[in-house]
Amino acid sequence: MNSFFDLHYAEQILPALLRASMYTIFITLIGFAIALVLGLVLAVLRRSPIKPLARTVGFIVEFIRSTPLLIQVYVLFYVLPVYGITMSALTAGTVGIALHYACYTSEVYRAGLNGVARGQWEAACALSLSPWRTYSGVILPQAIRPVIPALGNYLVAMFKDTPVLSAITVVELMQQAKNIGSETFRYLEPITLAGIFFLLISVSFAHLVRRLEYSLRLP
Amino acid sequence: MRELFPLLLQGTLVTIEIAACATLLAIVMAFVATAAKLAPWTPLRWLGNAYVEIFRGTSLLVQLFWFFFVLPLPPFRIEMTPFTVAIVGLGLHYGAYGSEILRGALRSVPGGQFEAALALNMSPLSRMRRIILPQAMINALPPATNLMIELLKGTSLVSLITLSDLTFRARQLDEATFKTTEIFVLTLVIYFVLAQILVALMRHFERRVSHGIIQRAVR
Amino acid sequence: MTVKTDLDIPTPPHADLSVEKPMKRDDPASVLVPQASTQDEPMVRFAGVTKRYGALTVLDALDLEIGRNEKVAIIGPSGSGKSTLLRVLMTLDPLTDGMIEVDGEPLTHMRKNGVLVPASLKHLRRVRSKIGMVFQSFNLFPHMTALANTIEAPMQVLGLSRKEATERARDLLSLVGLEDKCNHYPSQLSGGQQQRVAIARALAMRPKVMLFDEVTSALDPELCGEVLNVIRRLGSEHNLTMLMVTHQMGFAREFADRVCFFSQGKIIEQGPPQQFFSAPRHERTQQFLRAVKEAV
Repeated sequence: MNSFFDLHYAEQILPALLRASMYTIFITLIGFAIALVLGLVLAVLRRSPIKPLARTVGFIVEFIRSTPLLIQVYVLFYVLPVYGITMSALTAGTVGIALHYACYTSEVYRAGLNGVARGQWEAACALSLSPWRTYSGVILPQAIRPVIPALGNYLVAMFKDTPVLSAITVVELMQQAKNIGSETFRYLEPITLAGIFFLLISVSFAHLVRRLEYSLRLP
Repeated sequence: MRELFPLLLQGTLVTIEIAACATLLAIVMAFVATAAKLAPWTPLRWLGNAYVEIFRGTSLLVQLFWFFFVLPLPPFRIEMTPFTVAIVGLGLHYGAYGSEILRGALRSVPGGQFEAALALNMSPLSRMRRIILPQAMINALPPATNLMIELLKGTSLVSLITLSDLTFRARQLDEATFKTTEIFVLTLVIYFVLAQILVALMRHFERRVSHGIIQRAVR
Repeated sequence: MTVKTDLDIPTPPHADLSVEKPMKRDDPASVLVPQASTQDEPMVRFAGVTKRYGALTVLDALDLEIGRNEKVAIIGPSGSGKSTLLRVLMTLDPLTDGMIEVDGEPLTHMRKNGVLVPASLKHLRRVRSKIGMVFQSFNLFPHMTALANTIEAPMQVLGLSRKEATERARDLLSLVGLEDKCNHYPSQLSGGQQQRVAIARALAMRPKVMLFDEVTSALDPELCGEVLNVIRRLGSEHNLTMLMVTHQMGFAREFADRVCFFSQGKIIEQGPPQQFFSAPRHERTQQFLRAVKEAV
């Protein structure tokens, strides 16, 4: 029981940990897909000519960005049921993390949109393009390409934030590791393995993002 | 509502205390890691890189749990109070990000400054201390402000290792009084206000420190 | 205006201690011989200096001697290696090959047991202290006032007290005509003023050799004059060896003792301004001067 790192034990718990990591990956992918779309919507709304709308959206984004994810997830899981909106822990967690990161991605999109030269908007206007066509055909292709690396970084960040959801009983990787540890009182292996998993995925993904950034820079 | 305040306020004070101490450690670690990464000695460089990669690449919660659950047990047998775990975990985690900010800030100082200092025959230490670092620090303030807000939000996770910070008190109160909505909304507002105060302080500091450098229209 | 010769540099004991400018500029005999008062040793000597960046040779086995108190202007097309020459002298870039001597001592190397080895940092700093440099982009420290810029190095490196350094700095700032701008930050000064502060800052270290790397190239034409005037005054009132990379042909013609034409890492031609500008010998020089005249 006093050995340093019990490889045999680690081997034993690996399947359970990998199963739980499926939840982690699921939450990350779905959550980020939502954040990508929602973030863009928020960014466009912030540029709306209807000033009260733009300001309100701006304030909400700022508020969500300045407050902890944990509390936001608590709100979704504990406060909403009071008003009749009940969600499973998994749903609440995914929605919560998606909303939180949508606010980050909206900032990224904003930077991208601001980076598109004024002339592009003016040219689209001169060609009488509809707002929809202006965005989809002219502006967005130019706005999004340079910010893809930044978006990639937030994907990694979101992935690393999924353990927060363990606080509302989502049995993702970190929670599973804790459970295993509390059952056997050997925390070293499960938590270290969980840590290694996060490290491997985030380092390799960060590497991918860097390579993507490099290949996007060429033209 | 009134009976909620005192306990939440207590929690807020703990949050501020943890954030302040962790920030100090993070600043120290940022400098240590950057110095290590720039050292002429390879093992030191490797150590610095390893520290930054590991603490940036894994989840904050994983790190906190590791310090909280794994260290007290064999083979490490290091007992730390939850408070110490919080400071160490947060400080090391955000110190790693801080070192990246510092690196970027040092690179942002124009090469001509190094050359002018060298032409004036200043020693490398003098040059770094008197010329490069002051300018780097000023450039580092905006991203450092963002990082400090992230740290503030990160303190909410220490509630999961039994520390009685604001988040912990909020959950406690919720379970005791079931005034769920008020509690969590109030909690969110308190974090938001803390973040705004932090930003205002940093902006004021930034203005004071860079008062001569601000580019005015020169002729 | 009474000029204080702040720049009296301690000359070696056996030298002539006369302070005034020794020779007239248009004395032909004086020109190719380094204008040393009594010292025969050149102030700066480049011996076989080569600088390569990978496959690109920027300085090609250069030999050049600069005499004491000589004013040398270096002209030539971009990329010819002019700035690199100043940079290796100021030890901003290392040499690929060759050696540089300053004031009789090797700069880039040192004598250890009678053998020349690459210089240690300590040796380098000691010999380097005789050289000062003014840059094209001024490189003033933006977080310090003009005065603070000028006292920084004397205090940090020479160990002067704040009082001594401030006194020296004030003298130098009034020498360059900026005594009323002592407490201004670089962002509050015009380009010409910044460059003059940069000159004062370099002079505060009492160098024997001053390097000017295209110091007016980043300035608006109307601001060049004030900087060139300061350089002119420095040259005529003080004992300073000056090496200038410049595009200001008129200034070079009137101020320099010798003009060197650089091209592709080599000195193609050099000589006194009169002869150089009116009767250049080499084809390449003639080509360059023709193009320059057309541009004016």
